[in-house]
Amino acid sequence: MKEYTNSGNKDTRSGFGAGLLEAGRRDSSIVAMAADLAGSVKMEAFAKEFPDRFFQCGIAEANMIGAAAGLAITGKTVFAGSFAEFVTGRVYDQIRQEVAYGNTNVKICASHAGITLGEDGATHQTMEDIALMRALPGMVVINPCDYNQTRAATIAAAEYAGPVYLRFGRPAVPNFTPEDRKFEIGKAIMMNEGTDVSIFATGHLVWEALQACAILEDRGISAEIIDIATIKPVDAEAILASVAKTGAAVTAEEHNTAGGLGEVICTVLASGRPAPVEIISGGDRFGQSGSPSELMAAYGLDAAHIAEAAIKAISRK
Amino acid sequence: MASIEELTRIASQVRRDIIRMVTAAKSGHPGGSMSSADILTALYFNVMRHDPATWTREGKGQDVFILSAGHLAPAYYSLLARTGYFPVQELGTLRKFGSRLQGHPSVETGVPGIFQTSGSLGQGLSVAAGFALGKKMDGDGNTVYVLLGDGECEEGQIWEAAMFCAHHRTDNLIAMVDWNGQQIDGRIDDVAGVGDLKAKWEAFGWDVLVCDGHDFKEILPAFDRAKAMLGKGRPVMILMKTDMGHGVDFMAGTHKWHGKATNEEQCREALAQLEETLGDY
Repeated sequence: MKEYTNSGNKDTRSGFGAGLLEAGRRDSSIVAMAADLAGSVKMEAFAKEFPDRFFQCGIAEANMIGAAAGLAITGKTVFAGSFAEFVTGRVYDQIRQEVAYGNTNVKICASHAGITLGEDGATHQTMEDIALMRALPGMVVINPCDYNQTRAATIAAAEYAGPVYLRFGRPAVPNFTPEDRKFEIGKAIMMNEGTDVSIFATGHLVWEALQACAILEDRGISAEIIDIATIKPVDAEAILASVAKTGAAVTAEEHNTAGGLGEVICTVLASGRPAPVEIISGGDRFGQSGSPSELMAAYGLDAAHIAEAAIKAISRK
Repeated sequence: MASIEELTRIASQVRRDIIRMVTAAKSGHPGGSMSSADILTALYFNVMRHDPATWTREGKGQDVFILSAGHLAPAYYSLLARTGYFPVQELGTLRKFGSRLQGHPSVETGVPGIFQTSGSLGQGLSVAAGFALGKKMDGDGNTVYVLLGDGECEEGQIWEAAMFCAHHRTDNLIAMVDWNGQQIDGRIDDVAGVGDLKAKWEAFGWDVLVCDGHDFKEILPAFDRAKAMLGKGRPVMILMKTDMGHGVDFMAGTHKWHGKATNEEQCREALAQLEETLGDY
């Protein structure tokens, strides 16, 4: 299989912070807004360099989304950020009305997404955000896998005119994609070509899928690994082409089964190329306190479970 | 600039439009539309610097109006048509399938003059605040106006936005409340009282004016005073005391016409009380 080297663990939220700063230097119409979590969301460098283009909203997310829409209508590209739970579930109607239906150039920047937020527990660990954002007409949903990709995706979101949901996380995780790779919205990324099973992973699960690939290779199974960094619009062509070759699929995500990547892949395959699919997800449960690695193992979101699911999918061909 | 007599005549036509629109649509919100008709007539005919011929959604170089209480759409649409944003004949399509004039204002259908969708209450002040900040960043010295309902002030986001405006010194923004004392389920004092709005807005760091929202002799000076208060570091609020359903005797002063359309007979009765001044659409 193709070799990937971890250049050193880094948090994806810092990739967002770096991308925001870089985009902000290139484009003076870029504005950032925070709801008292500018430090956690890694907006501080942008705020320090561009104080006139940064608006602190305090602990008032609903107002932040509305004000973001107002700024966007005047021609600004607005990045509004907080923890994923508080910029989706808490303000779903505001995003629906002001950003999606209002078609404003607002980027919803969601840090600490999923269960790997860790010790804060279920109140802060959204596993439903992709479902919510995916249901909004016209919303682009991006869930990058590492620091480099998050940085590149942030720049791509800045260059795209329209609503974007950008999802990233808290813990330091392997950084393994090329530093100079441009992010293309709507394009799946081939990580490893294989012939026996297609593994579609998103976010933190892409690294786990690559580890699963190595486990499967040891057992003589050739797995194709595809990074679905853009969940909406999804690259149906790439998905269908891969499964036409392999005849079985596994999906992997740090999200509830309902409304997540697994359902996206099933929808594409059901209408284009039916095949057995095994879904690796958080199931239909809330999270809990623990370290990110403890939680990933406890919820079955790791390489071992992905490899097991691949073998099962192949057996169902 | 229209005279007070002219504004009174225009407002009568706006109220005729409202009644005829909701009657034809067999649904809609006439009560608040009637209570806000004089405020909106003053805004669109005298107060705002705006030009339908050069209007764009970005609002550059013009004053901007955000209707936070989106259910007042019939009054809003009438004023937009009567000031030349789109043909008055289009008013007859309100709420019909395929119409640009959705039940609540939409930007998706591309109605000239509308800056942002509204209808889910409590959100327009936030949008107006962002708009005001954007204008400041651009060095655009024009003003952002936003109209809220008093029942709408029950929404928590209104007060988030109130604090945000004071903190970020949006002194290029004039907010108004159509203070008619009614909401869909009854009198506001009976449903979930909003209390002393003047004291509340002042406590949130706003400069607050109060006027009769049906008397142009009070409305116009209130806007003049509000404009003179801009640029001093504080957002400005005008609380406009109004009657729901104002202008038609059997509709006035009750919540019962908040979200109910007049039927054909009620329409005739109402129109008999409202002079046709600009010609019905």
